[in-house]
Amino acid sequence: MPEYKFDYVLRLADNALILGQRLTQWLGKGPALEEDMALANVALDLIGQARMWFSYAGELENAGRDEDQLAFLRDAHGFRNLLLVEQPNGNYADTIVRQFFFDTYHCLLLQALTRSNDQRIAEISEKAVKEVAYHARRSTDLVVRLGDGTPLSREKTQTAVDGLWMYTGEMFEPDEIDQVMAAQGIIADTAHLRSAWLTQVSEVLHEATLTMPSPDAWMQKGGKQGRHGENLGYILAEMQFLQRAYPGARW
Amino acid sequence: MEQRADPTTAEVWAWLSAIEDPEIPAISIVDLGIVRDVAWGETNAGTECVVTVTPTYSGCPATSAIARSIVEALQGHGITRIKLETRMAPPWTTDWMSAAGKEKLKAQGIAPPASQRIPVSAIRRSAWLSPRSECPRCKSPNTELISQFGSTPCKALYRCQECREPFDYFKSH
Repeated sequence: MPEYKFDYVLRLADNALILGQRLTQWLGKGPALEEDMALANVALDLIGQARMWFSYAGELENAGRDEDQLAFLRDAHGFRNLLLVEQPNGNYADTIVRQFFFDTYHCLLLQALTRSNDQRIAEISEKAVKEVAYHARRSTDLVVRLGDGTPLSREKTQTAVDGLWMYTGEMFEPDEIDQVMAAQGIIADTAHLRSAWLTQVSEVLHEATLTMPSPDAWMQKGGKQGRHGENLGYILAEMQFLQRAYPGARW
Repeated sequence: MEQRADPTTAEVWAWLSAIEDPEIPAISIVDLGIVRDVAWGETNAGTECVVTVTPTYSGCPATSAIARSIVEALQGHGITRIKLETRMAPPWTTDWMSAAGKEKLKAQGIAPPASQRIPVSAIRRSAWLSPRSECPRCKSPNTELISQFGSTPCKALYRCQECREPFDYFKSH
């Protein structure tokens, strides 16, 4: 079912695009020069990856939409990103914990996708996973530094962990699209991803002297199916303004 | 009209070796391992020069500038029909960087990548021991990582503990 694969690739694209866009909102405002540059570099990698996924999604859809049209001309309900990546930047602990949760998932997911029987998905994942491994190292190190830091940084990081936790369940909750893709060997089964993610996250939070919330806590969901919070609308309003106001504008 | 003979692929490689990387002008796109293949292909309109490139980072802003500079350089040498092909797999790795390229980086104060691919499966923190990079200025091995990301996505920021100077390290990729 090609439309399922289109939807699945769109999820990968939208996660990378929306988180990349979120990170660019830090530019010039990072807490230190090195952090500012690191956020810009991570955003750049993610937006580059989004372009590769969008190009492939456009080919799968075969309806004449290219990467730009998919990024700039869909409304919020057409986006398939996880709710986690659209969450506001908040304070630096919020940004870093969001990044840590996503990077850990992203790294594990892409490793699995390098074994996809879809050649394009495998190739893009092969390239992207090398970049994401660096993202994961950085956000992991920072979670430990912030958590095992001053009492204030520890408190803020724990608050970020507790606040963002309910957006992590969606990553591992397969819907019909995930199930069909897994059955066809296009993606890996998400059950083992969840246990690998929980193991990694619990080890890092422990090292950071933070408390991990219960994996069985109530979780938000809906991003993958296009049901988003209000935050996404503001991101799109900023990101899509130019193409909406001047349709077809080019550099 | 007599057709001028096509230049050899060796000549084309030499011309490409003169193209600087837009972000690290010390090193050429051939040194970086971006150019994977040069060949002559046949089309209905005559022969065309096919240059195959593998981009470095997904979001590298230099990618389109590199493509443009390849076309301009070859046109400057009289080649009219040029086809650029992008090869995605295998993905670019710093293992493709030439030994000469690594020396040029050092001369610019950038520590070259260690010859090892990034272990992407090492999600556990203890498995990430960053390679200790030698200071490109004073050659001291006593250096420390400041940030995984430096002035460009391909570089990390280090500091030398001996001469106290910060320096860029071109990450293994």
